[in-house]
Amino acid sequence: MTESDMQAPNMQAPDMQARDHFKHHVYPSPFYSRQKEANKLKEWSRWADYLSVPAYYDASLEYFAGRNSCAVFDLTPMIKHRVSGPDALPYLNRLVTRDVTKLKPGRVGYAVWCNEGGQVIDDGTIFHLPEGGTYRVCSQERQLDWFLTCADGFEVEVVDETHEVAGLALQGPTSCAVLKEMGLTGIEDLTPFGLRNFDFQGTTLEVSRTGYTGDLGYELWIAPSHAEALWDALFEAGKLRGIWAMGSEALEMLRVEAGFILAGVDFLPAQEAVRPSHTRSPFELGLEWLVDFNKPVFNGRSALLKEKQQGSRYRLVKLDIEGNKVAHDSYVYTKDKKYAGTITSSMWSPSAKASIALASLDMPHGKPGEELLVEIYYKRELKWSRVMAPCRVVENVFWDPPRKRQTPAADF
Amino acid sequence: MTNQINSVVVVGGGHNGLVCATYLAKAGKKVTVLEAAKQVGGACVTREFAPDFRVSAGAHLSYLLDADIRKELGLDSHGLSMAAEKIGSVALSPNGQHLYFEGENVSGEGLNERDLQGMKEYRRFMAKFAGIIGKLHNRIPPRVGTKDRGDLIDLGKLALEIRLMGTDDMREFLRIAAINIYDVLQENFDNELLKGALALDAVLGTKSAPRSNNSVFTALHRMSGNNGHGAGVLSIPRGGMGAIADALAAAAKKAGADIRTNSPVKRILMDFDKVSGVELENGEQILADIVVSNADPKTTFLDLLGARNIEAGLAHRIKHLRSKGNTAKLHLALSDLPHFKGLDASKLGQRLLIAPSQEYVDHAFNHCKYGEFSAEPVFEITIPSIHDSSLAPPGQHVLSAVVQYAPRDLKEGWNSGKAAFTEVVLNTLEQYAPNIRSKAVVAELLTPEDIEQQFRIHGGHWHHAEMAMDQFFMLRPVPYAAQYHTPVNGLYLCGAGSHPGGGVMGSAGRNAARAIIGK
Amino acid sequence: MKKYDAIVVGAGHNGLTNAAYLAKAGMNVLMVEKNDWIGGASVSRELHKGWIYSNCSYVCSLLRPEVFRSLNLQKYGLQIVPYGGSCTMAQNGDILGSYVDGDVDRREMARHSQRDADASVRYNRDIMRQCRFIRKFLLRMAPDPTSFKLRDLKEMFYLSKEFNKLGEDVIYDMMRFYTMSISDFLDEYFESPLIKGAYAGSAIIGSALGPMSPGTAYVLLHHAMGEVDGNMGAWGFARGGMGAVAKAMAGCFADHGGETICGSGVEQIIVKNGKVTGVALENGDEHYSDVVVSNMTFPRTFLECMDEKDLSPSFLKKVKHFKIRGSSGKLNIALDGLPNFPALKNNPELIKGDMHLIDSMERLERAYDDWKNGIWSRDPYIDMLIPSLTDPTMAPPGKHFMSVFVQYVPPKVKGKDWTDEQRDQFGQTVINQIEDYSPGFKKLILHAEVRTPRELENEVGLTEGNIFQGELTMDQLMFNRPIPGFAQYRGPVKGLYMCGSSNHPGGGVMAAPGANAAREILSDLRRTNTVPEGWLDD
Repeated sequence: MTESDMQAPNMQAPDMQARDHFKHHVYPSPFYSRQKEANKLKEWSRWADYLSVPAYYDASLEYFAGRNSCAVFDLTPMIKHRVSGPDALPYLNRLVTRDVTKLKPGRVGYAVWCNEGGQVIDDGTIFHLPEGGTYRVCSQERQLDWFLTCADGFEVEVVDETHEVAGLALQGPTSCAVLKEMGLTGIEDLTPFGLRNFDFQGTTLEVSRTGYTGDLGYELWIAPSHAEALWDALFEAGKLRGIWAMGSEALEMLRVEAGFILAGVDFLPAQEAVRPSHTRSPFELGLEWLVDFNKPVFNGRSALLKEKQQGSRYRLVKLDIEGNKVAHDSYVYTKDKKYAGTITSSMWSPSAKASIALASLDMPHGKPGEELLVEIYYKRELKWSRVMAPCRVVENVFWDPPRKRQTPAADF
Repeated sequence: MTNQINSVVVVGGGHNGLVCATYLAKAGKKVTVLEAAKQVGGACVTREFAPDFRVSAGAHLSYLLDADIRKELGLDSHGLSMAAEKIGSVALSPNGQHLYFEGENVSGEGLNERDLQGMKEYRRFMAKFAGIIGKLHNRIPPRVGTKDRGDLIDLGKLALEIRLMGTDDMREFLRIAAINIYDVLQENFDNELLKGALALDAVLGTKSAPRSNNSVFTALHRMSGNNGHGAGVLSIPRGGMGAIADALAAAAKKAGADIRTNSPVKRILMDFDKVSGVELENGEQILADIVVSNADPKTTFLDLLGARNIEAGLAHRIKHLRSKGNTAKLHLALSDLPHFKGLDASKLGQRLLIAPSQEYVDHAFNHCKYGEFSAEPVFEITIPSIHDSSLAPPGQHVLSAVVQYAPRDLKEGWNSGKAAFTEVVLNTLEQYAPNIRSKAVVAELLTPEDIEQQFRIHGGHWHHAEMAMDQFFMLRPVPYAAQYHTPVNGLYLCGAGSHPGGGVMGSAGRNAARAIIGK
Repeated sequence: MKKYDAIVVGAGHNGLTNAAYLAKAGMNVLMVEKNDWIGGASVSRELHKGWIYSNCSYVCSLLRPEVFRSLNLQKYGLQIVPYGGSCTMAQNGDILGSYVDGDVDRREMARHSQRDADASVRYNRDIMRQCRFIRKFLLRMAPDPTSFKLRDLKEMFYLSKEFNKLGEDVIYDMMRFYTMSISDFLDEYFESPLIKGAYAGSAIIGSALGPMSPGTAYVLLHHAMGEVDGNMGAWGFARGGMGAVAKAMAGCFADHGGETICGSGVEQIIVKNGKVTGVALENGDEHYSDVVVSNMTFPRTFLECMDEKDLSPSFLKKVKHFKIRGSSGKLNIALDGLPNFPALKNNPELIKGDMHLIDSMERLERAYDDWKNGIWSRDPYIDMLIPSLTDPTMAPPGKHFMSVFVQYVPPKVKGKDWTDEQRDQFGQTVINQIEDYSPGFKKLILHAEVRTPRELENEVGLTEGNIFQGELTMDQLMFNRPIPGFAQYRGPVKGLYMCGSSNHPGGGVMAAPGANAAREILSDLRRTNTVPEGWLDD
């Protein structure tokens, strides 16, 4: 989609009640005016209700900004649900597989939620808002139907507040310094997965030390009315610290290096699965650490307990592939050429200088250190070639710098 | 507080709860039955509704009670006897030209050769198909799509039984099992009154009309009980239906079960992820290894356990279980025997049906789709005091009638609707029994809302959950809870909400006991 | 006199499909058709000068792509043009639009209920799960579960294997789906009455059941099947009207040497010594063949075109009990200009699509109550389209053709045959209904053809005007269609075959019964099979 194809930008948030909403196939994000200015390539993509930028200038330069200085990504289209009411905590605890009681106010937790078959519906982050008792669940897929289905029996209110909260991710080693420069005093003391409110031009700016890049980074949440001001303040503060606007292509590279999974890519959300056997359990996604059987009841518990005893069907693993070919949509074989699984995400990692991938392997494959083959088809000047590239299952993510955890965060 | 090893608490002393308790006690379990009301029986109960007038307040005819259970538990030795057996039916016509059903035969004016022939054929194939369904009653439904060998063998057996019906009958069974009674009756009969009466049996106690698909199935279900007499043969116990419950309670006590009445359960207790007993409304806790619920599935899961204490998938299924009653119950205390137009007094002891045509039933039904009660309802009437003088003062009588359709969620609400519907019911009845009002000393109408409150059945549905193919066998009450044990560790179901469903049969109770003991 | 290898009776789309496959196999095939034109209910007719009416079926969604390809229908001129969107208009002036753009579509649902918008993901998933299963059996003969023949056992095995493959959850859903009412089913997903009303519409189209009748959930599947696996352009117009489908099939048939005789119906299918020998036409001609294939409805074939003595009484009894109640009517209207629907506010996408008039399932059910009482719905459900907005060949420039499908319309009025006066009253009911939503509509009408079940039966031969050649209920599906024991396209007399929609897998312009019947005939004659298998993925 190019800019000229677009309707005249309407700076309102999507109005679900407008009869003539059909005239707007997609809405500009609250950051649109700034994105438009920064978007040298004039290319736009769609992400749920909003326009999104695949790359502003050059995806690889934006990627390097994310790894070496800092990069800003518009998170507004992420689906956000606010969960409040006296039963918010027990509700969430029954909803997701992990123990939410451990999530104190001002903390953020990564979580998955399952159906009764123990299959993952979606993953996301739960923000326990600093005032306590109210939560925001941030996810890729819309969940209102499931969240309300799960609300029966609880005194809880669940509302979709996607359009009421604008979000920016500021990721990279200089991100803390930029925020400090912007006037967020004490930001360096925020621990990973911490969440704090700051005052920003008379409104509340929520800052969490979270991200999708596996590096030092923050996510900033603010009312859409202050979105442009936030953008401006960030870029002003980051002028000397290499701040870049980053598009979704760069973010995709960063997240694969960091080993994060993506709904609809690395697993099929259970609510969408026409073929029920194509879904995955948390165990099959390598997320057993998120499943806490010390809770008496949560969705999927009995199925997952059974799976734990009887074994899983699949295992999602990280592969380190020899050579420089990217393993897009490849099959994975054992050394003796028997089918072992398929690649779900893959890339050339500029930071690790390696061809890396996430792969879903049939059990019992996928033990760390297992040697496998990846069948890669690659094209060079219109000529296709095939290579059976040796690869190895690795345990650690491809990008995991100590600065990610260091608190107080330094100005790297 | 008491704690017992291998102990079972049965929530609800309805007939299924008592059956289950007895089998469990016989198997050596320490069983406590907790009944909220002051007497056992649930909806299988005899109750005084006016001074010295007693009536079967819920079910009022016995036709499904499993003969094996009756024998195995020695109910007759515990005082169960029938005041009347194999009673006939009369299809009442407003003009007094009634039809009389006795055994296999039907007689009366206006029947032609096709009707008489059709009746024989209809009885034959319905009894045969009902037999197939009846065979399922004493089985724990298998699960499907699993690799479990037991399930596969059960399914194979079922397929084989259907196959062994013979090609023609099997084809006919596969054809009509899911269709509507309207078409089947049109295919076999001409007489409207005859069809109306037969259609009524297909829709009694359900939210369906003769034209609703599945109504052949509900007709078959009604005929499917192993009652020892034959498909759908009706009896009236001496002392009312409560006599069955009393005999069951006696059998349970003899087997060693402890039965506590006036003991309403407030909630089912959990010890981490397993049930650990129950708490009564008075705060007393009774601990047990196993809790068996004779309460309906919604009461069990949503009220006693709470949706929040079960997985959302199960809660969602239970929430959408169709369990709203559409059947009301009329009780009249009569100063004298009523007179029905054109009906000989000798026939008053039979079952009297008001359903003069299929269209009549259909029109009565249309209202309940929109939250209204029928403008002209259908009736199944009994005057049990004719067979059993203990139910009323000498020379006086009680009339008990099942009346349809009366939706649980009446649009105008039952507060004002009840009086209006009572008028409609009596007016309709008067068209057949003109002097009935003058003889009625007391009239009591139980709407589904009353049934919900008095019998503690969520939705006020006699069968706990609508009897329909999508809520039968391995789908009853909901998938994954259809084998009597539930997804909640230690919690079992034994009520009419489980296979094989409603009616005073006892099979759900016995199957549940087998599921527990077999473990 | 010349003897044919096969005679196909009735040039509906299934007859044409059947004949084309037989001709492709090198058989010398004669097709006989009572009307002067071919196509049956898949027809385009110029009933008003300058206008082409798809006067029976009006959209193409189910036509099997395997048939399309193997009969090379593209070469014979068939072009299916997809239309975007659809909408449901409520009495209060609000609408529920359905859009090609998934995000717009979701936001439109969210306008009525945000929860329902999200729930539609789960709903579509569950519908597709069921459709995927059914689709496997569309181009397959239904096995006879009572048979011990090797082929039946093999097919039963395939059926149970596919069934088991669905997994426990989906099997339970399926068992419930086939026995539930669409009303109960939709209640498990949605809360908005308008959304439920809109979805329920496709569960009752062509069916003599209300949305609250058990068994209606399946009819919805039957309509949704065209969209399995995102089959692109699934819902579309045949350019030139539905007759273009028949025309292309006839082109293929003729290309393979097929002969067609129009204008005289079959008086009788001739049987000698328990075998068919040919057909006698109403004009007195006789044509001979050892194979006669009937595209006529099941009752019409046996009750009207055969001698009772050639059939067993028990078979005839079952034919008489076959459920083929009409429930639909149709208006075909030539319009002087584009009607204005204020509710659409000039939404260009929606007026090109399928437009429905309904608010809720309750309103739909009340429309059905009228049908049960033997009258047409006083407040009918309407499914209307203006194909001329998509296909310029249907009407002169600036003018339009509108196809108006109406539910419910009984086959007889209060038990008596329709009169012309009643037909016109019915037409007026429908026009008034549309006028309510489109003021000034009446003034645009240049010509209107009103079709009740009577017209459908008399003209196209659809018994009682049932558009599916027999109701799509459990008792008449798969191995029960049309009746148990005769679900494999073979009639009760040697050499007699059935290829109409009365047979598995049923109605809609699908061409599957015709193709499946051809496969059985070719197999019985030990000829090379020309009929494709269904395309499947896992």
